[in-house]
Amino acid sequence: MSATAAPQLELRSVTKRFGGVAAVDGVTFEVREGEIVGIIGPNGAGKTTLLNCISGIHRLDGGDIRWRGDSISGMPPHRIARLGIGRTFQIVRPFGSMTVRENAAVGALFGSADARRRPREAFELADHVLELVGLEAKARHPVSALTIPDRKRLEVARAVATRPRLLLLDEVMAGLNNVEIDAALEMVETVHATGVTVLLIEHVMRVIVGVCRRAIVLDFGQVLAEGEPESVLRDERVIQAYLGERYAKRRHTDPGRDGP
Amino acid sequence: MNAGAEPLLAVRGLTAGFDAGPVLFGVDLDVATGELIALVGANGAGKSTLLGVLSALVRPTAGTITLAGEDVTRERPEALVRKGVAHVPQGRRLFGTLSVEKNLLLGAYLRRDADVGEDMARVLEHFPALKNKLGRDAGTLSGGEQQMVAIGRGMMARPKLLMVDELSLGLAPNIVDRLIDVIKQINREGTALLLVEQDVLVALDAADRAYVLENGRVVLSGPTAEVKDDPGVRRAYLGL
Repeated sequence: MSATAAPQLELRSVTKRFGGVAAVDGVTFEVREGEIVGIIGPNGAGKTTLLNCISGIHRLDGGDIRWRGDSISGMPPHRIARLGIGRTFQIVRPFGSMTVRENAAVGALFGSADARRRPREAFELADHVLELVGLEAKARHPVSALTIPDRKRLEVARAVATRPRLLLLDEVMAGLNNVEIDAALEMVETVHATGVTVLLIEHVMRVIVGVCRRAIVLDFGQVLAEGEPESVLRDERVIQAYLGERYAKRRHTDPGRDGP
Repeated sequence: MNAGAEPLLAVRGLTAGFDAGPVLFGVDLDVATGELIALVGANGAGKSTLLGVLSALVRPTAGTITLAGEDVTRERPEALVRKGVAHVPQGRRLFGTLSVEKNLLLGAYLRRDADVGEDMARVLEHFPALKNKLGRDAGTLSGGEQQMVAIGRGMMARPKLLMVDELSLGLAPNIVDRLIDVIKQINREGTALLLVEQDVLVALDAADRAYVLENGRVVLSGPTAEVKDDPGVRRAYLGL
């Protein structure tokens, strides 16, 4: 990470409350262009809520979010998408009656200012994106014929077709086994290599250690720890709040992929 | 099967699928009373379909299913629940706008005996985190708590065989450990368990025996220690 590069995304004391509960409570961090950053933390720690704040689904109750220096707090989701922030959803909801290719083209039709184009060009972009995520052979298949790993790939393809500069991934590797995860990690690295910054939520440490340069741990809506994945995963507070004692033992037999 | 253990479930030559074609091809599988069995395999291998057939949600085209010596191949789903097979589906499938208590009670919907309250107490003993959340809408709970409700709902049917599909899906590592501990405890109390799990290492650590399903066929089965050491399993599922 270059110390001089300006942050692409900046969160300053971001707070979101539901009723009396602060789901996200004064979160401050930044993401620099070209990074792959992982967010981990217990269930209910506020990870998805934080992603919803960044993509404009939730209005902030406090703090500010800046995109390349300008505040985007209070902007509706479609405008944030057009600025170049794409995202996936934990529960994938592809258009069931459409083909894989048509689903990807939707992202190109309604994406960022760079992506939006006429239908025929949208399909060209869709083809390109499907190749990037490794779904080109299934482009004409109905979505219903896709396996779970392929549905996750399509979810990423739809987001990538919006031509984001920052891609937010919400647990796209949940439900995959180690070998399927390794294939999905390659996909993330391929997309990253096209110049896309990645901010991802995962519970699978193989992912965090495998591709992330930096990990942020959320607990009760606050940042509990932040730093290089290897050191974060050794942090006693993180083991207490999130990993559990047995994790360290298991990691001994299943070291995951070696970090970069 | 463990020597001397009573056979509870015996599946023979099971073939099943959907309109697009078969998913399972001649599957044989045994669960003895009190056993904890892991069912592992890649996505699309047919694990969830197999659980679907075992709860009569998917009709087999060939083969037999025997439960405690009785042929149940053609039974309806509710009859299987009554006979002691409970299914905790992938993704929990709770009624999000119903209270935790109602979700749990729905697991005992078919029961007319007086012991339902006893089982509710047992569920809360295993999952004390749910005690002060009984009145909350299930949809407002964290992922880990929702999985507790889903398992609890299965327990409320007082099953002989509890089938859990993707226990760890979307859950923090320490929560997975806690849930595995409860699963083992339920098993020690006498309920047989069939555990489908993507985190193969977690599943193999917990279970007595394992079946590996590939493209709808059982390609390997045996005590978990043997399955764990199998070079094919290490390469294809553990990524070692």
